[in-house]
Amino acid sequence: MSISVQHINKSFKKVQALNNITFDVKEGELFGLIGPDGAGKTTLFRILTTLLFADNGKATVANFDVVENYKSIRNHVGYMPGKFSLYQDLTVEENLEFFATIFGTTIEENYDLIKDIYIQIEPFKTRRAGKLSGGMKQKLALCCALIHKPKVLFLDEPTTGVDPVSRKEFWEMLKRLQTKGITILVSTPYMDEAALCDRIALIQDGRILEIDTPKEIVKHYPKKIYNVKTDNMYKLIECLNSYEHLYSVYPFGEYVHYTDKRDNFNPKELYQFLEEMDAVHITIEPTETTIEDTFMELAK
Amino acid sequence: MKSKNVIKVENLTKKFGDFIAVNAINFEVKTGEIFGFLGANGAGKTTAMKMLIGISTPTSGNAEVAGFDVFTNPEGIKKSIGYMSQKFALYDDLTVKENITFFGGIYGLSRKQIEEKRGLLVEELGLHDIINKLVGSLPLGWKQKISFSVALLHNPKIVFLDEPTGGVDPITRRQFWEMIYKTANNGTTVFVTTHYMDEAEYCDRVSIMVDGKIEALNTPTQLKEQFKASTMNDVFLKLARG
Repeated sequence: MSISVQHINKSFKKVQALNNITFDVKEGELFGLIGPDGAGKTTLFRILTTLLFADNGKATVANFDVVENYKSIRNHVGYMPGKFSLYQDLTVEENLEFFATIFGTTIEENYDLIKDIYIQIEPFKTRRAGKLSGGMKQKLALCCALIHKPKVLFLDEPTTGVDPVSRKEFWEMLKRLQTKGITILVSTPYMDEAALCDRIALIQDGRILEIDTPKEIVKHYPKKIYNVKTDNMYKLIECLNSYEHLYSVYPFGEYVHYTDKRDNFNPKELYQFLEEMDAVHITIEPTETTIEDTFMELAK
Repeated sequence: MKSKNVIKVENLTKKFGDFIAVNAINFEVKTGEIFGFLGANGAGKTTAMKMLIGISTPTSGNAEVAGFDVFTNPEGIKKSIGYMSQKFALYDDLTVKENITFFGGIYGLSRKQIEEKRGLLVEELGLHDIINKLVGSLPLGWKQKISFSVALLHNPKIVFLDEPTGGVDPITRRQFWEMIYKTANNGTTVFVTTHYMDEAEYCDRVSIMVDGKIEALNTPTQLKEQFKASTMNDVFLKLARG
């Protein structure tokens, strides 16, 4: 196991940030921690990167204990915190050199690992990190976290606040790193990114709700979901909320996802109900369950 | 009533030295519309928004917001709009009640009006248990809902939301959008930026900025047809990747 977490608890005063967290990450796996702000993701990252003690429980990273062998762990992991750890008044090149030196290596020695990413920011290598755009900072921070060729890479919300294009590029980079044998633990509040991981843990309020592959996790959803659409989204949601057989309704893009309490649900009845409520251009069709549906059902 | 234009923008431009951050953009937003303002990081969204809310003077072009000119009457604009962003929202070391009172005062509401509004908000949002708690101690989802309500205290004609839902859980994000629908349904125009492409689908119309220009503007359905894409995410990727 590359990362092993067993019964970890952590409280800050009255708030229990982590509640009996247990999971393993295999070597070379891309493992996602999926959950909103305040779920406990950052606390867990800080414990695994030896920056914070757990109240109890046990964890190892690259087979080193996070308490007893904390110094060894620091040599073998790369950590990209949510707020970038770059030195704003050093240039791109200076930042990279600084991190290489700290870890007793050189940029040349591990250049092949960061090459793909670094060439994208190389034209700006004399620019101060503080003057870079969000997307470029993200790439530089990733280079700095990789420069000592870590066995395990920790990425805490690397794509938060980043536009969809940069997010897509970032995940393509992660996939390439994975082929080089690096284990990656990544956290994100974006449910669509969950599908790109080998396995995911859904986490909320310090508890793991579910752990599985993205494909399996959606199978745990108990209901059949229907896409419903009319000419007025606001009225549609109001109508459905007043429908006695409603189990849940959530906006999903141009549709709402509707589920019914009954096992023998007939969409025609709902169609009729909506017609009686003066809705027009009604569409009702079955649709696939997404990870976001599953998360919301588990988090209810 | 979706006929009247509450925002009119003509060739609006902002330069910083040689750099053209916003390059002659044109669009109109109707009363009661939910208008999505999208673009990649660095495309010029924030700069454009700052001009529209009256805190940055354009280099050239024209714009009228809530009936006020951005050059000659930015103060008029500020009084007629609400603004909420993830970064600047509420004061963490004031209670919910104190925040409402403070912002009500800033917007020029009388003490009686503030009290009435506060009563309404407590009922609508179910704030009974948290009204005297420090905002800093509340979960992000609560902060965002309260912050949105505070931006609406003075019944503005338009509310500007700058990435209002970043980081919150999917249920809270949807509850927030239900608040947006309700607001628009009551006739307040909603101007919103987001990085969640499923949220782009909730907008009546969406504009997409690329390198300082508006490269596309239409309803989500028509944009998907135009770019032969099945989702707004695909539309965005096609446009922003050139």
